[in-house]
Amino acid sequence: MSDQGQSGLNTSRRDFLVKLAQGAAIAGSGALLWDYILRNEARAAPYALRPPGALAEADFNAACIKCGQCVNDCPPHILKLQPAGGALPIGMPYYAPRTGACIMCPDIPCMKACPTGALSPKLKKIEDARMGLAVIDIENCLSWKGLRCEICHRECPIKGKAITLETHPRQISRHAMFVPLVHSDACTGCGICEKACPTDIAAIRILPHKLVQGKIGEHYRLGWTFDTEVTQDFKPAEASPASAPDAPVPKTAPGMDYLNAGGL
Amino acid sequence: MNPGDFDRADALASTEKLLARRLPSRLWAWRYLLLRRLTQFGILVLFFGTAHWGWEVAKKVPLLSGNLSASKFIGYIPMTDPFAALQITLAGHALKQDALIGAAIVLGFYLLVGGRVFCAWACPVNMVTDLAGWARARLPIRPMFHLPRTLRYFILAAALALSVITGVAAFEWVSPIGMLHRELIFGFGMGFIALLSLFLFDLLLLKQGWCGHLCPLGGFWSLVGRTALWRVRFDKTSCTHCGECAKVCPEPQVLNLKRLEETGYVSSGECSNCGRCSPLCPEGSLAFDFRPLIRKHNARAQGSLD
Repeated sequence: MSDQGQSGLNTSRRDFLVKLAQGAAIAGSGALLWDYILRNEARAAPYALRPPGALAEADFNAACIKCGQCVNDCPPHILKLQPAGGALPIGMPYYAPRTGACIMCPDIPCMKACPTGALSPKLKKIEDARMGLAVIDIENCLSWKGLRCEICHRECPIKGKAITLETHPRQISRHAMFVPLVHSDACTGCGICEKACPTDIAAIRILPHKLVQGKIGEHYRLGWTFDTEVTQDFKPAEASPASAPDAPVPKTAPGMDYLNAGGL
Repeated sequence: MNPGDFDRADALASTEKLLARRLPSRLWAWRYLLLRRLTQFGILVLFFGTAHWGWEVAKKVPLLSGNLSASKFIGYIPMTDPFAALQITLAGHALKQDALIGAAIVLGFYLLVGGRVFCAWACPVNMVTDLAGWARARLPIRPMFHLPRTLRYFILAAALALSVITGVAAFEWVSPIGMLHRELIFGFGMGFIALLSLFLFDLLLLKQGWCGHLCPLGGFWSLVGRTALWRVRFDKTSCTHCGECAKVCPEPQVLNLKRLEETGYVSSGECSNCGRCSPLCPEGSLAFDFRPLIRKHNARAQGSLD
């Protein structure tokens, strides 16, 4: 009866339960703190420029083992591993095009060096790499100011595809401006343009696609382009009967396809 | 003297005796320590030389590229930290074959020589915590608090669970081992502040605080090391229970006499085969040996006694 307290409670069991609760409290708060540190560390991941073949952000964060073999095997030595306490998530490779741009080695040695597949071996041609996207600040671009700069266009390793020169009227002058235009279907994000840009702070720079690219809705049909049938393929979604069981179900979505209801 | 009082002579007993000897015998007694520093520095130098001085065994064949997380030796042999590989797998990434083979190679090696051989012979943080331990033994620092040494297994479990929950390798993202190692090889950063705080923690707050209580990688290697072959043999016929070994052992719980007498060797996976104890044992009761040979050796010692 020694472990029966005055109130009739089993004290040894009570001790055990208290210890269990204490252990759970330590484990819970510790794990919560650790979890916070990890999520905080990962917050800057969208801003990082990764080597060619890098998996999408979340997958890359999971897969990179932070070994630096890509860094060692990079011929122009542009890759760095982020030290602790830096601007990007810890330990993973990145490059800063303004100081060191990717020279687009055809044999992709960084990707081949990766032991985990964080730099995916599915990348067969360096031209298919999508490390980032060149974005032009047209307020500070010399070409957009009316000067004949065009350095980014000339330096671009995929010039004529990734960066083209377009003519643009210059107010009332008879002379046009020649302005660079980036095409995301060809730009690898190597950053040669950013490195070459002669302005004090680069007017063309590489940013991760997620930060700059928009997306039009699926329902847009550009009737004037060659590869688009005139909305014949558009099938409006069936209105869900569950949402309004008693209302009459419209045959087509309102305001969207009535013009084509009978086919044009 | 109160039991809690600091007794410098007691803490240093064996080391003091060592210092009384001449240099050659002192070096001989420190042979494992010197070898450990040699392998620890050597590994760092090989990685650093390959990364910065372009060390190659042949044209375009780097000597040892990468770091302790994952590396490639002479362009052929991949090596991967199996604990990191496990976390990455739990985080939801299917590893490439290279990393899997590398993890198997490293795991196989440490299954042979003892799991925590990594801790004492390869891990760069060991140099920091050993320094803290060395200084602590010479300063009048009393214990501030105690933590259970089993805590590392809970942290290990938390690292694996958090890898699943957060989708990143939880320990690799905060590991001071990774920080120190990467920043020594690939460039400095704030990791050194983390290492300084770890040093102060070991020095001022808790003896062997990081390596002996918290480090989940040490916990992982402890579990691996249970079946390892390279062991410290214990000869109960010559042991006088003087306790010199336990004074220098960073994990004194592995020198539990009852267990030692039962098994005839240090059977706990928490022993890092650091080799502090065996040169200091006045009777030579502790020595490195291969596990399959230990029983025979001890039987012979028993026989000569009978």
